[in-house]
Amino acid sequence: MKFGVIVFPGSNCDHDAFYAVSRNLGQKAEFIWHDSSSLGDVDAVILPGGFAYGDYLRCGAIAKFSPVMGAVRRFAGSGGLVLGICNGFQILVEAGLLPGALIRNRGLKFICREVRLRTETVNSPFTNCAQKGQILRIPIAHGEGCYFADQPTLEELEAEDRVLFRYVGNPNGSLNDIAGILNRGRNVMGMMPHPERASEPLLGSSDGLTVFQSVLRAVVKA
Amino acid sequence: MTAHPPELIAQHQLTPSEYGKIVDILGREPSYTELGIFSVMWSEHCSYKSSRLHLKKLPTRGRLVVQGPGENAGIIDIGGGYVIAFKIESHNHPSFIEPFQGAATGVGGILRDIFTMGARPIAVLDSLRFGRPDDLGTGARNRRILGGVVGGIAHYGNCFGVPTVGGETIFEPCYDGNPLVNVFALGICKKEDIFYAKAAGVGNPVIYVGARTGRDGIHGASMASAEFTEESKQKRPNVQVGDPFMEKLLLEACLEAMHTGAIVGIQDMGAAGLTCSTCEMGSRGEVGIEIELDQVPQRETGMTPYEIMLSESQERMLLVADKGREEEVFRVFRKWGLEAVEIGLVTGDGKLRVRHHGQVVAEIPNRELADEAPLYDRPHTQPPRAGLIPDYPATKLQRTLPAMLGAPDICSKHWIWEQYDSQVRTNTVAGPERTDAAILRIKETGTSIAMSLDGNGRYAFLSPREGAKLAVAECCRNLSTVGARPVAATNCLNFGNPERPEIMAQLVEAIEGIAEACTFFDTPITGGNVSLYNETLGEGIYPTPVLGIVGTLKTGEPVTIPFKNAGRKVMLLGGIGECDDTRFGGTQYAKEFIKELWGLPPALDMEYERRVQFAIRKIIAEGLAESAHDLSDGGLAVALAECSFGPGAIGALIDLDSDLRPEMLAFHEGPSRILISTEFPNKVAAIAEKYEIEAPVVGVTIEKGLEIRQRTITLGAWEIAALKTAYMQAFETYVR
Repeated sequence: MKFGVIVFPGSNCDHDAFYAVSRNLGQKAEFIWHDSSSLGDVDAVILPGGFAYGDYLRCGAIAKFSPVMGAVRRFAGSGGLVLGICNGFQILVEAGLLPGALIRNRGLKFICREVRLRTETVNSPFTNCAQKGQILRIPIAHGEGCYFADQPTLEELEAEDRVLFRYVGNPNGSLNDIAGILNRGRNVMGMMPHPERASEPLLGSSDGLTVFQSVLRAVVKA
Repeated sequence: MTAHPPELIAQHQLTPSEYGKIVDILGREPSYTELGIFSVMWSEHCSYKSSRLHLKKLPTRGRLVVQGPGENAGIIDIGGGYVIAFKIESHNHPSFIEPFQGAATGVGGILRDIFTMGARPIAVLDSLRFGRPDDLGTGARNRRILGGVVGGIAHYGNCFGVPTVGGETIFEPCYDGNPLVNVFALGICKKEDIFYAKAAGVGNPVIYVGARTGRDGIHGASMASAEFTEESKQKRPNVQVGDPFMEKLLLEACLEAMHTGAIVGIQDMGAAGLTCSTCEMGSRGEVGIEIELDQVPQRETGMTPYEIMLSESQERMLLVADKGREEEVFRVFRKWGLEAVEIGLVTGDGKLRVRHHGQVVAEIPNRELADEAPLYDRPHTQPPRAGLIPDYPATKLQRTLPAMLGAPDICSKHWIWEQYDSQVRTNTVAGPERTDAAILRIKETGTSIAMSLDGNGRYAFLSPREGAKLAVAECCRNLSTVGARPVAATNCLNFGNPERPEIMAQLVEAIEGIAEACTFFDTPITGGNVSLYNETLGEGIYPTPVLGIVGTLKTGEPVTIPFKNAGRKVMLLGGIGECDDTRFGGTQYAKEFIKELWGLPPALDMEYERRVQFAIRKIIAEGLAESAHDLSDGGLAVALAECSFGPGAIGALIDLDSDLRPEMLAFHEGPSRILISTEFPNKVAAIAEKYEIEAPVVGVTIEKGLEIRQRTITLGAWEIAALKTAYMQAFETYVR
């Protein structure tokens, strides 16, 4: 299969995502520049971590207006698989492709460390290789990763089994310990932790590879 | 042109004789703009006029050195067709005046030094010194500076996308009014892709790229070349404001533009901004440079030539392109949304000629300006010596070890480093506090590198020469403990006012100590930075030479600090070591429990140190060690505790065969010692014997507890969980 990795000028985890899916997962991958209006022939697209346009205003607030986001919207609308990691999650939320908001960490500081995530649903193209309840060790690195949504939204996410991962030991104050969610169509996901940083034993964990393996399985099956 | 009044010359921190030299060079009185240009280029910060004579003593050549001092960064060959560029720089003065932006732009400056060479930055480490956060008088300000500096480093590095993988943070009252922020950065590139900051080719266009020029940071370099007084706090406008997103764009655009092949030379605009970049590039290439300031992108109106030339606005680069290929360069910068403007051209007359509205406002020979700055052989006498050996009472290790683990210098600094992205670029094999040196794998070559920063102001105060040698030895030992072979070094020399002979003596002795040790350990100095005048209201800092050393190793799972399994033998490579009252005065124990500083730093035997390092590298290479940790601040007891803080809570039962007094046995800081746990004590012993070093088995690993005995008498026994809590949570209580 082929992954597309979106490159905003301030993306800085683009190469990491590319490396994880090409070298560690062994699939094809290509970079997609932020002013492209098409995603080409990719099977899944990754919005990587970083600071898309500096994020001095609000994370992802400018990125949602970039040309490539039109293409991402169309791709998602037609059922394409979209993964937003960290800043990518923030952008998807700003773009309205996922509900809620990501606000400053409760401690008001950037946090970079490994966390443990509980896999809440395996009914998704991003977790179909995991076991329900499986604990994954994956790092976080963000200043604005506190997931926030109004009560009806939270209830909807819970009722529709759209919480993908929950923190075990909430690092940032996210409501309901939410670390990752799905859209209603279950083809768009966002997560604050970085699976691409936990995709080989040398770096301390390969639990993150499960996410990419799940995507591969979903695409191959389809 | 008429002579400038003496007050104006003094304001520019030029002495009458320096001014006379300027008049000689020009053959006339300088214009106001020229006066400003000379004042920044001949400032201590840019010209190294007090230290240059002595810096020549440093070893700078080696088999792997591709580029030594004199460029934006040093470069060494790591094989496989790749090189690494690295350097350390200080941003002490700005970080005191405005901690957040001061530290942020310190990171920005050193990152530009790296990518100016064509290398993509892949690691940052920082060495920080602050006043004590728990001081009743100055603590609040020290905490504010600490919080600001850490926030600034995080802000810049995280957004730029370079991992901050290690460093050190030390607290002493002498840094109250003068914090030290030393930032080390390292980048990688293909050997054939190295770029130099050299102008060439008469008629080639000179191109300005990046952020616009504003009035920020004017005279920053001169500010960094003076002591602090009460008025210094008013110098906040001299501190620049950083924009890490702009820097990230500049990085990508510069690397891409370099690949077009249309760039001849490139230099960042750091200290002394446009002035420094133009005359240095001209001087290195032995050519002239002529620029028209009307073309310089400006973010404010009405800027004078003086202001434009001296501005230290951040995120700017100057490059020389091949004539006729400008458009290739412009195209890349347009893609990244950056301004790139032709502001002048390379000439054949060796002069820096600056025009404003067509009128020449400065015309100075590049070489004289950049390389003929005054050189001083400042008088140096004896470094100040510390006081007499005090009487100090016996204490109970049972109580002192937990207290020591919570001391600001010793305790876990996760509050600091968790604010840094230590993993971006997915190369970090071992980040902060996992090993003694940070380890990065290099995807391009399949090999790895290790990096360590070290400096100990207390040691260097007691003996600048020995303190400097100890810093080199410690850095090399940190690298060896992770199995890396030390290959090259950079240094940051933080000292007080060199015009005081006893301070100058500290500087001279420290440089000679570094020279001796770096020669001995075969780690040539490839670049660095000198920061003088670190004094506030006449109060100097401890002399603080900080070393950054890089090593190479095979890629693999790292041997980390914590014990892994119970029932393993604990061995102390190098042995328990010697200490006496004189050599105990620089230790953390003396600092925390006796609250004095006296005598001499720990004694270093470099021959023995080298053999210990050979031995540990062999032990690591043969896979004989399950854990490894070198002894440093806090000595054996602290190292044993740190080895016990792994996820498995494996501690040790230790029995030490020594007649040292217990405080000394537990806490002396003799070098050349490394703790390992092993399943193969006999094989380790055989290696130790081969290298003629001591390697006593001092105990065995056990579950959940740590107990230290001296000849069967228990000095202390603790639950690991309690010690770990003291170690992990102390820092948060200091910064709250």
